[in-house]
Amino acid sequence: MSKLSEAQAVETAASKKYKYGFRTNIEYEEFPKGLNEDIIREISRKKNEPEFMLEFRLKSFHQWLAMVEPEWPNLNYKKIDYQEIQYHSVPKERPKLNSLDEVDPEILATYEKLGIPLSEQKMLAGVAVDAVFDSVSVATTFKEKLAEAGVIFCSISEAIQEHPELIKKYLGSVVPANDNFFAALNSAVFSDGSFCYVPKGVTCPMELSTYFRINNENSGQFERTLIIAEEGSSVSYLEGCTAPMFDTNQLHAAVVELVALDNAEIRYSTVQNWYPGDENGVGGIYNFVTKRGICKGERSKISWTQVETGSAITWKYPSVILKGDHSVGEFYSVALTNDMQQADTGTKMIHLGKNTKSTIVSKGISAGKSQNSYRGLVKIGKKADGSRNYSVCDSMLIGSECGAHTFPYIESNNSTASVEHEATTSKIGEDQIFYLQSRGLDEEQAISLIINGFCKEVFKELPMEFAVEASKLLAIKLEGSVG
Amino acid sequence: MLKIIDLHAEVEGVEILKGINLEINAGEVHAVMGPNGSGKSTLSKVIAGHPAYEVTKGQVIFEGEDILELEPDERARKGVFLAFQYPVEVPGVSNAMLIRQGVNNIRKERGQEELDPLEFEDFIQEKLKLVQMDDRFMDRSVNDGFSGGEKKRNEILQLAAMEPKLALMDETDSGLDIDALRIVSEGVNKIKSDKNAFLLVTHYQRILNYITPDKVHVLMGGRIVKSGGKELALQLEEKGYDWIEAEIMVNGEA
Repeated sequence: MSKLSEAQAVETAASKKYKYGFRTNIEYEEFPKGLNEDIIREISRKKNEPEFMLEFRLKSFHQWLAMVEPEWPNLNYKKIDYQEIQYHSVPKERPKLNSLDEVDPEILATYEKLGIPLSEQKMLAGVAVDAVFDSVSVATTFKEKLAEAGVIFCSISEAIQEHPELIKKYLGSVVPANDNFFAALNSAVFSDGSFCYVPKGVTCPMELSTYFRINNENSGQFERTLIIAEEGSSVSYLEGCTAPMFDTNQLHAAVVELVALDNAEIRYSTVQNWYPGDENGVGGIYNFVTKRGICKGERSKISWTQVETGSAITWKYPSVILKGDHSVGEFYSVALTNDMQQADTGTKMIHLGKNTKSTIVSKGISAGKSQNSYRGLVKIGKKADGSRNYSVCDSMLIGSECGAHTFPYIESNNSTASVEHEATTSKIGEDQIFYLQSRGLDEEQAISLIINGFCKEVFKELPMEFAVEASKLLAIKLEGSVG
Repeated sequence: MLKIIDLHAEVEGVEILKGINLEINAGEVHAVMGPNGSGKSTLSKVIAGHPAYEVTKGQVIFEGEDILELEPDERARKGVFLAFQYPVEVPGVSNAMLIRQGVNNIRKERGQEELDPLEFEDFIQEKLKLVQMDDRFMDRSVNDGFSGGEKKRNEILQLAAMEPKLALMDETDSGLDIDALRIVSEGVNKIKSDKNAFLLVTHYQRILNYITPDKVHVLMGGRIVKSGGKELALQLEEKGYDWIEAEIMVNGEA
């Protein structure tokens, strides 16, 4: 870390815990609150969608109506009134995105302020960004350069227009609309998100990234991401999320689907920093997300890495279906909860093919009065001969008012498979901090060193610059929690 | 260098130190001895600033400044070092990472250039030699999976690296076999100079066979009840602490 950014980190920590809490003042083209068939037809019409999409949405909506919100998570929150939410919210004067110069300058300024400059000369070299602001994608950078390599990277709305055959084939193929309550809701109303297609044999020449920003207090955010890696291709994708501070809760219900064909590899990383609410639990994002990938082909690999630090409520289980023989699934997670935050997160590894292999590394950090649960399922199918899973779930407690919980589920239907699970719980204590302080490290450096050590196995899976970001983020989140 | 005046400290409402007076000059080695529960370890922790102890009265003057209001890391950067009786494990953090950050913080305070990883590598080699540690220890997590002896040697390695003015050694000798004790002591003897000072807290005089103290203090019931030269340590070894207690009783001080 450079001296400057270190100083900035300290300054940020001192000024406020959540530096992304500002709201951008722009005008919205808004839908009335509530959800019914007309709203869905209107969303589809506004987006000029082909008939098959409207059908997809309506079918999902009817499935959703017949479903109930899950009550099994270890989460406590006020029932969500789904008729009080706006299902579509678009910044007015939506630009035709021929060039970045046409994006609303207020929105560009917002991303600038968030540290994600979208103007190409200022951008992070080697990272292409799709910026999603409330319900729409406002800009995608480096499109031409990616196109040269044959990679399609655009908003999902654009993909529906330009590549309907891919959408038809893959949308809902990994997470069917009726998979769960929130997935059904998303399938009915999703507004935008990112789409990526990497053709056969292509190694994507740069990191892809989507930056999600919730800005509107009354709207929900329902994004949809679909990534397809054809035979022998590979791609690394990263998403980041922030939101303003409001006293009310905003619903975020996303669906992410990944498809890896023979010998393909997808790495998907998340740094989730939605507004977590204040220290009394007022406000914050309700984050109900379904993420799943399928290793469809032989020797394919899907790797999820997540750093979850935000949201009042997190409900999220990025999973891998290991269908192809010799395919590999990985889940690396750091989930940090502080104050009144609650997280129920983990993964599912579904072994169907022979000699499939999965690794789960989960690190939970709980501070304040927060509750942090790991929930994971390892399922070995009848035909998954020689499959192996290794899971390790470590929890770290800071203070005495928080909770850490582990719910590992193992279902093995094949006697040749091996499943290993390890779990530890530790406490970051006065003594550990005092020890480091007596070596000349100040409290913040001490905490950040301890947390970094604890999360090391996960951070090393993140792209370099994001690992640095993530470790700074954790230090800021925990400022003042110890002692 | 260090002047402690009428120091009272308590933990969870129980008074442990009941008026300590002690003065240590540069170039001196002082040993504080005493039976279990006498407050020896507390004294070193209070000087270093452990947050669990509350100082209710008195002063700790280090280089002319009362350091009691300073954070432990501020004290460390001013040149106070505590070698722990029970070194703490920090999983996932390499020894190199911790020591380099500590050393650089201290160097910054002293107006010296910070060491980049390569310079640090050279810097730490000679320190490793002092305590006969292999440089593989630098890549291992701090104290994680170290044997008792390795942990203590690691403390002395850090002491050597941080180059403190005042080194507090809290029962460094406990749990060490004779070879490790010799290595640790030889290390300390090499670090010792006329510019720094050592305060050795110990239960046994064993370590004092290797590191010769200028003064020995006996701590009992939270007070220094007797001070003397190195011969006092031998007397304690021979006769235990009871005779001192008896002596105090006679003088009516207990």
